[in-house]
Amino acid sequence: MKNIIEASKLVFEYIHRDEEGNVEAIETALDHVDLEVKPGQFVAILGHNGSGKSTLAKNINALLTPSEGTLYVAGKNALEEENVWDVRKSAGMVFQNPDNQIIASVVEEDVAFGPENMGVPEDEIIKRVATALEAVGMTAYKDYSPNKLSGGQKQRVAIAGVMAMEPHCIIADESTAMLDPVGRKEVLKALHTLNKEKGITILYITHYMEEVTDADFVYVMEKGKVVMTGTPREVFSQVEKLEELRLSVPQITKLAYELKKSGVDLPDGILTKEELTQELKKLV
Amino acid sequence: MPIIFDHVTYTYAPETAYKKVALNDVSFEVKEGEFLAVVGHTGSGKSTMVQHMNGLEKATEGHVYFHGQDIYDKDFDMKELRTRVGMVFQYPEHQLFETTVLADVCFGPLNQGLEKKEATARAYEALLMTGMKEEQFLLSPFELSGGQKRRVAIAGVLAMKPEVIILDEPTAGLDPKGRDDILDMLKEMHEKTGNTVVLVSHSMEDVATYADRMIVMNKGQVFCQGTPKEVFAHADELSKIGLGAPSVSLLMDDLKASGMNVETGAITVEEAKDAILKMLNKNV
Amino acid sequence: MFKDITLGQYYPADSVLHKLDPRVKLFGTLIYIICLFSFKGPIGIAIILGFLAAVIILSKVPFKFMVKGLRGIVFLVIFAGLINLFMTNGDIIWEWKKLHITRQGLDNCILMTTRMVLLIVGSSVMTLTTTPNSLTDGLEKSMKPLNKIKIPVHDISMMMSIALRFIPILTEETEKIQKAQMARGAEFDGKNIIKKVKAMIPLLVPLFVSAFRRANDLALAMEARCYNGGEGRTKMHPLRYVKSDVVAYVILWIFLALVIAARILWVKVLA
Repeated sequence: MKNIIEASKLVFEYIHRDEEGNVEAIETALDHVDLEVKPGQFVAILGHNGSGKSTLAKNINALLTPSEGTLYVAGKNALEEENVWDVRKSAGMVFQNPDNQIIASVVEEDVAFGPENMGVPEDEIIKRVATALEAVGMTAYKDYSPNKLSGGQKQRVAIAGVMAMEPHCIIADESTAMLDPVGRKEVLKALHTLNKEKGITILYITHYMEEVTDADFVYVMEKGKVVMTGTPREVFSQVEKLEELRLSVPQITKLAYELKKSGVDLPDGILTKEELTQELKKLV
Repeated sequence: MPIIFDHVTYTYAPETAYKKVALNDVSFEVKEGEFLAVVGHTGSGKSTMVQHMNGLEKATEGHVYFHGQDIYDKDFDMKELRTRVGMVFQYPEHQLFETTVLADVCFGPLNQGLEKKEATARAYEALLMTGMKEEQFLLSPFELSGGQKRRVAIAGVLAMKPEVIILDEPTAGLDPKGRDDILDMLKEMHEKTGNTVVLVSHSMEDVATYADRMIVMNKGQVFCQGTPKEVFAHADELSKIGLGAPSVSLLMDDLKASGMNVETGAITVEEAKDAILKMLNKNV
Repeated sequence: MFKDITLGQYYPADSVLHKLDPRVKLFGTLIYIICLFSFKGPIGIAIILGFLAAVIILSKVPFKFMVKGLRGIVFLVIFAGLINLFMTNGDIIWEWKKLHITRQGLDNCILMTTRMVLLIVGSSVMTLTTTPNSLTDGLEKSMKPLNKIKIPVHDISMMMSIALRFIPILTEETEKIQKAQMARGAEFDGKNIIKKVKAMIPLLVPLFVSAFRRANDLALAMEARCYNGGEGRTKMHPLRYVKSDVVAYVILWIFLALVIAARILWVKVLA
């Protein structure tokens, strides 16, 4: 198996119908999207609301079925009805709203929800739940009610819930959009840890550019199309194009770009303040 | 001074097991016509604090004055206060309920006792100010996109023509484009009408760009206050309570610490660029 | 801010009663209610009181929590007691103008109030020692035979546990929307009933919209985690009887037998 997710010329259309069932409008949410994710990679998809990034995620999780194109998840054809459950087991999904994806009233029981649905035997569930909670650092909260947790903690529970299904890949669909800065950091860190230590492939969907600096590869989407691809450095060096898309470029990258424009000799795509400090030191 | 907090303490559920001091001896002033930012962690008391400004929460100790009048006096007109101090809650689009956008925005002005005609005129003005288009006025608010719903909800408060407008994280959950649109709109409205704006925010970058003055809350107390420049000059103290500063401020401190002769105190990309260019030119 | 208040008022403690299988507790409550309504004579009530006292001590829940449940219905108890006291016909033992008390009335009054108080205290022992979750679990398992007559027991219990999870969230949300509308000049304390109902629209519409949105999100999240109904599901902590549960069942049967024996005895004595 070369790629864990492989989409080619993927099209998805939302068909709006009026009350009599006549087609009123067709909205193309995905317009011939190509995507390749290798096992163990941390891949980010960046784009605005309505750019199609969430629709893409739902296609990969078999919650939606593509209208055209091909899509393979962990070697299974996601377009085929009988593969739906296999696809969902291989590519688990964490959603945006922390409150609306926790099902049980106790943390531990929520994490067990996925494996229970899959018919995993009892002892195995207990083991998986313990490992999953450990991996996101929420073991101490296993008996808590989700209502007593912060947004970041709730999202970590949701991640553990997916982990317990032992997927090859986790799709985080704007899982930090509703969190405060502390919660955002917690969740991002948890995902990076899973990626590095457990080798889980991560598909990270966001509209915050500063969250994707550590990704292996970045796709930028706009109006259903992939408009930019590359490593974070390659993508971030195209400041003008990013600003045209109105994705807010992180301050440091923006500053380095402005300095360069004013004639300072700096390399392209500076991502962190440490890098910029190093580069400026060379010049002084 | 439109609003003065005088030793305000707020204890949630006193004399029960759930007792919690949310505000602890808070004193400060909101100045006429300023753009004031309130920052702090989730749970720092900032949302509770702003809800005291229009009497939605009542202090357990201390006083709140509106134009010199104690708002807890028996003969004080709370309803009048709420029309003069407008409040936009987090995720304000969750309060939309009318059949059309226009009718929803009219709700506030009608509650103020205005004639239908006058209320409609105000709603028109407010909607245009928030960048909504006339052809959208008769749509159902539930047909709009997330960002548009948010504008309608904000217009619903603006239409009441409050002299002080409080916004509790008005950009939460929006993408960068939506966020910039809302903040630019606020700034423009502030400059045009000269009313007082109180903005609760998590983003130090936004505070640096938009606010005249800021208050930092921590554990139910005022940690410090001043202009963004003054406050961010103490970035190290902010980081002690787990809050950041704009990344360019931190960069300038790093540059200085690594021995470069650079002027610190920049809080925006522009200022940082100027300071660095100045340093480089001196060396040339 | 209602989120801190747990529904069903579970009181966490480490006791024999807390550890019992919820099915035993449900069955026990049923037996207890049967006993309450079938006992006759002083020995009967003594057995019931003794049983209740033992259970309360075993539960390790402070007595004041048990009585808390009574506060809400104290008027109902007094009202029912007074009706029984004054409205029963029979041998008059006290009279004042049109009011009279009969011996039968006095008996009924005492019996009635005792039953109601004991009923509330007794059933609160169950809710205080059982989490709402295990209670739903217990109900699901106990009701399983109903599956045969096409009652979707699993679905109902899943709905119940989801409701338990979302009640605090929606209560909090109601509070938030109410505040937001108040900030727009809405008043929720009008005296006129029509006005009051009208004032609820700005509260109820957003609440329903939000509930539907949440339901939608939740359904998607459940589907993504392979939820496909009750078929083929396993459980992390399936309900399984242990030794203490068996002992509890035996005690419950003995308790019932004793109360019935006392009743038969008392009827014989009276005869």
